[in-house]
Amino acid sequence: MSAITRGEVAHLARLARLALEESELDHYAEQLDVILTSVARVSEVAADDIPPTSHPLPLVNVMREDVARPGLTREAALAAAPAVEDDRFRVPRILDGDDE
Amino acid sequence: MSSAMESDLIHQSAATLAQAIAEGEVSSREVTQAHLDRIAAVDDRVHAFLYVDTEGALAAAEAVDSRRAAGEELGPLAGVPLALKDVLAMKGVPTTCGSRILEGWRPPYDATVVERLRAADVVILGKTNMDEFAMGSSTEHSAYGPTHNPWDLDRIPGGSGGGSAAAVAAFEAPLAIGTDTGGSIRQPAAVTGTVGVKPTYGGVSRFGLVALASSLDQAGPCTRTVMDAALLHAAIGGHDPRDSTSIPDAMPDVVAAAQQADVRGMRIGLVRELSGEGYQAGVEQRFREAVHVLEHLGAEVVEVSCPIFDYALGAYYLILPSECSSNLARFDGMRYGLRVGDDGERSVEEVMSLTREAGFGAEVKRRIMLGTYALSSGYYDAYYGQAQKVRTLIQRDFDAAFAQCDVLVSPTAPTTAFKLGEKVDDPLAMYLNDVATIPVNLAGNCAMSLPVGLAPEDSLPVGLQIMAPAMADDRLYRVGSALEGALQDRWGHLLIEEAPAL
Repeated sequence: MSAITRGEVAHLARLARLALEESELDHYAEQLDVILTSVARVSEVAADDIPPTSHPLPLVNVMREDVARPGLTREAALAAAPAVEDDRFRVPRILDGDDE
Repeated sequence: MSSAMESDLIHQSAATLAQAIAEGEVSSREVTQAHLDRIAAVDDRVHAFLYVDTEGALAAAEAVDSRRAAGEELGPLAGVPLALKDVLAMKGVPTTCGSRILEGWRPPYDATVVERLRAADVVILGKTNMDEFAMGSSTEHSAYGPTHNPWDLDRIPGGSGGGSAAAVAAFEAPLAIGTDTGGSIRQPAAVTGTVGVKPTYGGVSRFGLVALASSLDQAGPCTRTVMDAALLHAAIGGHDPRDSTSIPDAMPDVVAAAQQADVRGMRIGLVRELSGEGYQAGVEQRFREAVHVLEHLGAEVVEVSCPIFDYALGAYYLILPSECSSNLARFDGMRYGLRVGDDGERSVEEVMSLTREAGFGAEVKRRIMLGTYALSSGYYDAYYGQAQKVRTLIQRDFDAAFAQCDVLVSPTAPTTAFKLGEKVDDPLAMYLNDVATIPVNLAGNCAMSLPVGLAPEDSLPVGLQIMAPAMADDRLYRVGSALEGALQDRWGHLLIEEAPAL
């Protein structure tokens, strides 16, 4: 049985905001299946009572002095924007037609 | 400085160049121009660079020269050229991460590593090629075409930092910066006959390093000698309040350790799980010979077992994609980079999806989808959660091994450089290149790769990996420079000098 289906890949692509072509779905389904089948070996390790590690360093509650520092100027922040209008980032519509 | 050196500036070590510049035997401008000339002569074939900052480099070099002329005290790498991996933000200079989605982006700020290089008066020549967002082991996943291995232009230079390693191996720069998430400094070093170090996680600031997997990423030096790596490591390392994972304690003196170059009385562990099946015969042969050299130099060699390392690759390819799918969500086409399909009708979601489809390459899409899968409800415990527990067990394997040994050693990569195109559409085969380097990233400790000879069957470089505990980076340099010195005595030169002329 395969670990992942073509339909699941299409679902993942939607979640990840990737407008995959139809032709890509089969290719990725096959490759992701091979990879997932391989990495699933981690389940062979008996680790029920083992604490998870999310980060290699035991640093917690890292703070620094609350000192004001200069940030980017508006010009610098907008310089690389794909679209600018009235000194702001211009973005495509964020609401569906029904909501407008 | 001898006249031989003047005619051959590109073949000198960074330490030698810095000394010659400090003593006024040669100017930084001359050294920088020699390297720019070399880039112009060979980089159409090597393709180590994505961008060469000729004006910026010459201006920086002239500034060093005039400060020296004014009698200022300069640092140990002042005036020496360096190649910077294109994953580090450098103000005003294009930074693409090897991706179309960032084509033409010029960062409005410097990464801490770049700030420290500038403060050390290092001359930054330009930005080096890499697998897109550092995902890959061959540099073939760059959107701008692959880098070629200077030892054989039909072969891969390793990845993701193939550009940085190739720049150093091709004498286009004596120093380069790489980043290592699963082996991206060490594996390219191994297959190009150069030196690469992944510092202890938190030893070098990640501020301004475009994140792949935040709990694994670490920048470090790529050089031709162990001493040059130590000098560069010392220049870029140390605490940075802008990175909350930066280690606040003082870092060990890696330069003194490289000078010490003494393994007498050290216990060196051979990791049983990092050999055997999948390792090329010539790689194992050169590795074993190098271990004998270490024994001959007075180290005690013992075998150790780290049984959970067999599961490191699986844990890594769950943890890395999970972190990467989250980190790369920032590339949404709204504030910087590419935007596709913004026709005034389409919604922001549609524009994001079209932008990411057009801007990301195949490997990036694969890993984003893998991570999205591993983090999905219903799979989280079995995949990401279990991988995090395996990560704990890998740390415990290291702890047990370092209770018996000062350092561990293994081959850096299971094979020598393979042919371009050979594994590019076989992700699992590509992932296996990092089988020996990944455990260190998961545990957060440090490791070095250095060249130990050419494999008899293909005459290509073999790397030996030295692994040390977290914050014991000095041991890498102590062992690495001792081994480098002994091999250099035997060969009469550094291995890189056997590379064919380009």
